[in-house]
Amino acid sequence: MLRVIVRRLLQLVVTLIGLSALVFIWLRNLPGGPIEALLGERATPERRALLVKALGYDQPILVQYAKFMQRLLTGDFGNSIRSGDPVTEVIGRAFPATIELAAAAMIIAIGLGVPLGYLAARHRGRLLDNMSIAGTLLGISIPIFFLGYLLKDVFTQNMHWFPPSGRISTGVDNTNVTGFFVLDGLLTREFDATADALWHLILPALTLATIPLAVIVRITRASVLDVLNEDFVRTAEAKGLRHKTIRGRHILRNALLPVVTTIGLQTGALLSGAVLTERVYNWGGLGTLIYNSISGGRDYPVLQALILLAALVFVVVNLLVDLSYAFIDPRVRVR
Amino acid sequence: MSDPITRPTVGAPRESVDPAAVEEKREGTLPRGIDRLGERKRARLEQLAQATADKGGVSLVRDAFRRLRRNPTAIVGASIVALFILVAIFAPLLAPHDPAQRFDELTKNLTVDNIPGASSAFPLGSDPLGRDFLSRMIHGSRQTLFVGVLATLIGLALGVLIGAIAGAFGGWVDNILMRFTDVMLALPALLLAISLVAMASRSSQWTVILAVAIVNVPIFARLLRGSMLAQRESDHVLAARALGVKQGSIVLRHMLPNAMTAVIVQATLTLSTAILEAASLSFLGLGDPDINRAEWGLMLGVDGQRYFEVRPELAYFPAVAIIVVALGFTLLGEGMREAIDPKSRR
Amino acid sequence: MSLLDVRDLSVVFQRRGERPFTAVDKVSFSVEPGQTVGLVGESGCGKSVTSLAIMGLLPRRGNKVTGEVNFDGTDLLKLRPDDMRDRRGRDIGMIFQDPLSSLNPVVPIGVQVAEVLERHRGMDRKVAMKEARELLDAVGIPDPTRRLKEYPHQISGGMRQRALIAIALACKPRLLIADEPTTALDVTIQAQILTLLKQLVDETGTALIMITHDLGVVAGLCDTVNVLYGGKVVERAARHELFARPRHPYTHGLLNSVPRLDSPRGERLHAIRGSVADNIPWVEGCAFAPRCDNVVDACLEGTPPLDPTATGGDLRCNNPVSEEVAVP
Repeated sequence: MLRVIVRRLLQLVVTLIGLSALVFIWLRNLPGGPIEALLGERATPERRALLVKALGYDQPILVQYAKFMQRLLTGDFGNSIRSGDPVTEVIGRAFPATIELAAAAMIIAIGLGVPLGYLAARHRGRLLDNMSIAGTLLGISIPIFFLGYLLKDVFTQNMHWFPPSGRISTGVDNTNVTGFFVLDGLLTREFDATADALWHLILPALTLATIPLAVIVRITRASVLDVLNEDFVRTAEAKGLRHKTIRGRHILRNALLPVVTTIGLQTGALLSGAVLTERVYNWGGLGTLIYNSISGGRDYPVLQALILLAALVFVVVNLLVDLSYAFIDPRVRVR
Repeated sequence: MSDPITRPTVGAPRESVDPAAVEEKREGTLPRGIDRLGERKRARLEQLAQATADKGGVSLVRDAFRRLRRNPTAIVGASIVALFILVAIFAPLLAPHDPAQRFDELTKNLTVDNIPGASSAFPLGSDPLGRDFLSRMIHGSRQTLFVGVLATLIGLALGVLIGAIAGAFGGWVDNILMRFTDVMLALPALLLAISLVAMASRSSQWTVILAVAIVNVPIFARLLRGSMLAQRESDHVLAARALGVKQGSIVLRHMLPNAMTAVIVQATLTLSTAILEAASLSFLGLGDPDINRAEWGLMLGVDGQRYFEVRPELAYFPAVAIIVVALGFTLLGEGMREAIDPKSRR
Repeated sequence: MSLLDVRDLSVVFQRRGERPFTAVDKVSFSVEPGQTVGLVGESGCGKSVTSLAIMGLLPRRGNKVTGEVNFDGTDLLKLRPDDMRDRRGRDIGMIFQDPLSSLNPVVPIGVQVAEVLERHRGMDRKVAMKEARELLDAVGIPDPTRRLKEYPHQISGGMRQRALIAIALACKPRLLIADEPTTALDVTIQAQILTLLKQLVDETGTALIMITHDLGVVAGLCDTVNVLYGGKVVERAARHELFARPRHPYTHGLLNSVPRLDSPRGERLHAIRGSVADNIPWVEGCAFAPRCDNVVDACLEGTPPLDPTATGGDLRCNNPVSEEVAVP
């Protein structure tokens, strides 16, 4: 078990070093060169000279890379060109919004996807199954920003069920503790704030959940079908166990193993989707930050940090998934 | 502890309740016990044998095609794709107007919050610049196909190159290339595409195509490598090696062609995601800046978004076109996968 | 009255777009309380399908089961699914061929034994685990307390099969069905498992249906033997009768293809020609005809009837092996 963790950690470090090298090369090849990229076009010659010195761009490339790595490890990403604030601060403000959105989307995707996938497999070839297959195919074929506009149009413009955009209504008094508005409301006992935040959260989370939901339904269905063919399910039936026991202990406990892996891999899709979804619902998270740092004057210091952060989140989540896998599946656990 | 189940047991394979498998056992060539029978009986027995043993001897590819033709998923997908390609080819003949031309009849009624709708001359109405929307939709098929196919082909070519090198050499070459793909896969697809587009001082149709292509490189590389590694240990490659066939020749003649089937299936599925990714980039303002270009992703992502409140049809039509085409490629790809690997069929 | 009385049991597989296939064709046999009955034949002869049909474990769709399966006077085929579920594991236990894949890989052995006790004997988890420990001990698993917490991949193949036997016998069923219980095991383990089965059957008085392709298994265990070919019973006889005087050419062939230590050196082993694939539909004649040494014209003129023999068995053959040339 320890050996597995160590090996996975090493792999993670190698990936992150490779990524930093790639970002370093990327930064050097941006239009106008790295100095302009990091300072913006309107910087004074003095500041440029200062940065050249600080980055070591008058020195050999390996020294430059070493300095680059040093800055990464100390968390020094410079200042945003747009706002002038430190990049870490800018990202820190947006981070909880995206995590809140992504977590809500994942809860929806798992909560709906697993039961639906299971039912589709049990009713294989029948109406429910065919409908869920059609649904998942549609889910992966629809541009999600279009789906977002569609949902927004129907549920806010026409039916007024949900607010059209933002994370919280103006006038709702919420104390910022963690930055997760739903959580903050609970912590400070401002339950109306929690309700309002949830109310704002539903449509964006549904939109973002589309693709992970489709994928989870498909994987669950395929996995349950595999397990249904297993001999141990027949053994369970031969024991005369109740449906509930067979479903939970014998089918789902085995069938969900591949689904867990999928959940890790869907983190990437969630981050991609967040860029689009946040733009549709004007959700002030990382996605909006990515959009702002690329359109209307490129904010490369922010973008650079976002790339590193996204990759870090992805590899860490997948590491956690792999490790949790080792706890769920006894065959992996024991050496 | 040793695992006893892999030990072959004499003459007693596990019994199966799968009717198809049971039936398979019944088929096959007959009979050796008939020599004592009369002439008439023997003929009858042989005839019976023929009836149950007409299968076999069909090549793998022909078999796959036969399954493909009988698979409704594949047929629907192929029909959509065929229709899409036909529209793209004959777009200039099908479109009633020049997609770039601005018509006075349309521009004179055009304001920020009014875009003319359908009329007899312009069945789908106007676009925000007073051009014929129907003609732009029809011509859009061409550009969409162009972006999708090119992005997929470039991604496929680079991915196959990396995957083939990794799969053929193995060892440290494989290790380095695969760590490289790990890094690329660690980045969310859209963010990777955004950073690639950001490397160009101005975005153009080519930056979109290249960005989408590169996002798919690691997927193709991993797929090809995986399938080649699996084959390195396979019997037919071992046999070729034992016969003294040169390494390069084994890779080119034996491993690569077999591994390519999986890659072709993936490419079909990628055509669908490439079109969707290009649309997403357009939506984020990173698409093709050419206002004359009619491409569905661009039409949906730029005009469709901007004028959604004024005239949602500007979004609906390209969106539905994209959804249908993406669905078509997905269905065809799924159908092909099922045809090649019947076990995957659900 | 017989414990189990199978009457004209047929199983027809029918999938959309494919022609129907009769896997089990009007099979009848009975099992007396405490008796051990063998179902013998090659792969695909329908013996496993027969057992699954008795247990009501065939997939709900894609097949048609007809006939009667009278267990203790109740026709199991007519029971509601939930009533059948109450009987499975309680009145009838079953052991399968592959002990590794037949155990749930992610659930500890103890729970897999205990859950059947909880279900049918109303025990709570604690009591059931205690009983499970006793059961594992009874089937000869060493250090049962530790095994309770282990997973199937952590114990050996023989022990897995012992665990499955413990599960099947947990509720002291009156009938146990063993479907090729030794096929997936090493030869030395096979003998241990058979000895264990014999001992448990003797101790508990459970009737046993032994499904196997291996006549060696039959010889040591069964009171009567049903030989199946192409979904039909072709010969039925008491064990000693069958081994001493096999009448059906197929049975004869099976016995002759078993190597014997006491046969003269250099004598060739007799194999039955061809394989199960080389048969013809019963309606056209005897399914075994293409592989048969004794084939006569009548063998291609419809199904031979299953007739009683002088020795109290049944035989389905137009030209049986004469009693004189039987194996010594």
